[in-house]
Amino acid sequence: MASIKIRAKVDGDVTTVKALISHPMDTGLVKDKKTGKPIPAHFIQEVTCEHNGNNVLTALWGAAISKNPYLSFKFKGAKAGDTLKLSWVDNKGESDSTETKIS
Amino acid sequence: MINMKRRTFLKGSVAAGAVSAAVGAGLLTPRMVLAAWPSAAFEAKSVDGALDALMGSHQLEGSDKIAIRAPDIAENGAVVPVSVTAEIPGAEAISIIAEQNAAPLTASFILGANTEAFVSTRIKMGKTSSVIAVVKANGKLYSTGKEVKVTIGGCGG
Repeated sequence: MASIKIRAKVDGDVTTVKALISHPMDTGLVKDKKTGKPIPAHFIQEVTCEHNGNNVLTALWGAAISKNPYLSFKFKGAKAGDTLKLSWVDNKGESDSTETKIS
Repeated sequence: MINMKRRTFLKGSVAAGAVSAAVGAGLLTPRMVLAAWPSAAFEAKSVDGALDALMGSHQLEGSDKIAIRAPDIAENGAVVPVSVTAEIPGAEAISIIAEQNAAPLTASFILGANTEAFVSTRIKMGKTSSVIAVVKANGKLYSTGKEVKVTIGGCGG
């Protein structure tokens, strides 16, 4: 699965990470227009990002994060070529993760 | 997100305490409970309830060191870009709250030791509301808010 697009760029001491995840982020409040039945909640609950094995960010999300979530943050102490790992877990237990090199 | 039975159930249990709400949610939908995910905070129906469950307190101190970047008018409530920057030393966590959403807590970001107090994401908003950023630093909660007008709600229905 390739649900994650991630880009990490270092400028001076600060690395900026931008990530885009493909996910429906269903709230459970929306009804299917054809059947009239509610679409069950299906949303990412936790996103974690590690730099060289150290946790740099843990995002706890509710269903009110937009579909195909976007996330950006900054951290210090990384250099070009370092590995950054991003993973997510949703409320159905599905998950994905990816690794990228900081450029 | 949650069916009516649980809604009623949680209303009682949130009042009774975050712990019982977490247990209650666990009993009804075991697969939803992850070790770290604070379901009681995300299912709380009020800002205070969510903060109590998440941070253990809703004592907020207004701060001009937190900046929220969000549109004044969001045409589509399903996608509202929100960025929060804090210039508070020792910031440990940033939470983003949409006050008028059915479940106000949208996200909480726990920052690593070298992570700057900045996050950017996109949230859904049911209607015009204040967006509140809560920054936890040195055991205290600092906050600031910004009104976002929503033309079309984005929380379903």
